[in-house]
Amino acid sequence: MLSIRNARHLDAPVDLLVDGARIVTMTPAGHVAPPEGCEVFEAHGLRLFPSLTDAHVHLREPGFEYKEEIATGLDAAAHGGFGQVMCMANTKPVNDTAAVTRFMLERARESHPDGPRLYPVAAASVGLKGEALAPLAEMRAAGCVAVSNDGRPLESAELVRRIMEYAADLGMVFIDHCEDPHLARGWLMHEGDVSGMLGIKGQPAAGEAMQAARDIMLAEYLGLPVHIAHVSSRLTVDLIAWGKARGVRVTAETCPHYLLLDETALEGYNTLAKVSPPLRTADDRAALREAVASGIVDILVTDHAPHAAHEKDETLDLAPCGLTGLDLALSLTWELVREGALTEADVHRLWSRRPAEIFGLPRNDFAPGDPADFFLFDADATWEVTPEALRSRGKNTPFLGRRLHGRVRHHWLGGKALF
Amino acid sequence: MPDDNRHPWPHKDLLDVTQLDAAEVRRLLDLAAGFQEINRRPVKKVPTLKGKTVVLFFAENSTRTKTSFDVAAKRLSADTFALSTAGSSINKGESLKDTGLTLQAMNPDVIVIRHQSSGAARYLAELLPCGVVNGGDGWHAHPTQALLDCFSLREVWGDDFAGRELLILGDIAHSRVARSNLHLLRMLGVKVRLCAPRTLLPAGVDHWPAEVYSDLDKAMDGVDAVMCLRLQLERQQAGLLPDLSEYSRRYCLDFRHLHKAKPGCRVLHPGPMNRGLEISSAVADAPECLVLDQVAAGVATRMAILYLLATRTEGGAA
Ligand SMILES: [Zn+2]
Repeated sequence: MLSIRNARHLDAPVDLLVDGARIVTMTPAGHVAPPEGCEVFEAHGLRLFPSLTDAHVHLREPGFEYKEEIATGLDAAAHGGFGQVMCMANTKPVNDTAAVTRFMLERARESHPDGPRLYPVAAASVGLKGEALAPLAEMRAAGCVAVSNDGRPLESAELVRRIMEYAADLGMVFIDHCEDPHLARGWLMHEGDVSGMLGIKGQPAAGEAMQAARDIMLAEYLGLPVHIAHVSSRLTVDLIAWGKARGVRVTAETCPHYLLLDETALEGYNTLAKVSPPLRTADDRAALREAVASGIVDILVTDHAPHAAHEKDETLDLAPCGLTGLDLALSLTWELVREGALTEADVHRLWSRRPAEIFGLPRNDFAPGDPADFFLFDADATWEVTPEALRSRGKNTPFLGRRLHGRVRHHWLGGKALF
Repeated sequence: MPDDNRHPWPHKDLLDVTQLDAAEVRRLLDLAAGFQEINRRPVKKVPTLKGKTVVLFFAENSTRTKTSFDVAAKRLSADTFALSTAGSSINKGESLKDTGLTLQAMNPDVIVIRHQSSGAARYLAELLPCGVVNGGDGWHAHPTQALLDCFSLREVWGDDFAGRELLILGDIAHSRVARSNLHLLRMLGVKVRLCAPRTLLPAGVDHWPAEVYSDLDKAMDGVDAVMCLRLQLERQQAGLLPDLSEYSRRYCLDFRHLHKAKPGCRVLHPGPMNRGLEISSAVADAPECLVLDQVAAGVATRMAILYLLATRTEGGAA
């Protein structure tokens, strides 16, 4: 048995009692003495959080280990507060067979036997080519929890329909990377005032919304779920709200960077701010903030996309898309709490309860019997984003040099201390 | 030299006209006028930059701009050497960083870069301690072109720029010439108009400080000058235009249009011209067309820029 004393849960001081891998009780601090022989951990008022779930990361292994390995990615996850991560299939080889899924899980078990737990996402199409349905059943059996063509938008509505149908039989949610491939050809950033002045090819927000609309309509017609990945624009938010109002089983995610930055981050050709989908306008950012607060956009994800330093040290056209996220996500979200855009309870909902609900993963609501997945967060600690401060191999973030608040001090998963 | 040496030039690089203020532009153009005078002498060479090295790094082909910089540097007695991606000296796979560091190892005073990527000149300028001149980067900026265009106009208009109206005609979206000229002309008080089919206008153009037209007749009404842009033929393949003959019917500048303009309206073109596509042959050869004056202005203006950048750390001794 383990007793965490004097932690702060939302607004209340609490004690937490854990037996093995399960929560026993959470009680007001000081009301119940820890049982005889119980290990006692004094939390000194640190905030108690359920371990977070990141439903959208790129861990780069197999194939791109110089950017990130499963081991380094999970290390960054653990220290970022994540107990569970879902990794996308755009590795080399692509995760489109059970063998690749098993390899990923084996690498996770070897490097992190106590977690964070890895949940691979199956490629929706063979090689992510958008042509033939991938063998989802065998990947489901091997341990994949969801299906996505992430990184490559699906051009064929017919194929999207068949993915939704086939995945539904297997209890896998389809995570939809929405982008019209024609409108988006050759883009480097959001198409708008900034791209026009910089002389950079952009992609309009309409391209994201068009595919989201198509797939929300398919989901309605089929009566099946669809999860819209990394929403970046007001137009897409409006379509998701429209779908939800009609009873469509649509859920959605966005990332902290879309809530904190806009297209002006690309001024000066800052490759660290080049991300897919691109950072959009201040108005889009405002719409996304409202949408996560209201629940129209259900969850936050990092879209953790580590790259090697030399790959981003290029002109904007040659630099790859993406930014590193696992180390930063909670502190970035905390900036929004400090600004009053979100509450601490929103953080629990957006990063823990809802993602677990959507993807059918274990979750800790601190009710008796829940998995003992939690961490202690020092919200007052400040730290500077430097390459050395990040555990991920990817140091690519436009937040380098920023002072952020909040550090994860101790993390338990399944009742075992990760650190 | 005609320059006022009491104030060292404050900029290490010339990346975009937006980094300059109007006084700096005037100083630069005054200096260019002095060099223009040298260019008309029988012996067109001065020892001003003797011992200085100018690197011409042209990752994108442009014989005209490269030659113009080369002539400018040589007339100031600087040593020049050229590096082109087309030649064998740069491996296609080499990063801009490694190419830049290699060039820097030769300890040049100024590097002129022409590159297909918007932002490439800025990238190099932040990487290297030497002066960097943007000889055109992607669709972004072409500051020396804008300066030479203003130099050419000043020879016609004198310092009387404020309140003039100038039309930039053609592929604005993909034009670094248009972007740099818009900023510079606005700085000098010129009212700028833009005219192109919407497929060749950039995102956000409605927020640019310019009047936007799609009808060339209306756009020409009462202007003091028109600047034709070169149409890249691949715009049609990219689906931005139905066909080139339809484009020329709507947007090829001919005398019919010039008659709508103010008397004495001048025509500029950055070259090379597609005669019959964006500009009629008759207009191209007319005395109103400044295209050859622009070439001469290009050498003088580039001499001024190379001079200012190469001597800026010498405490005014020139
Ligand atoms: Zn994606």
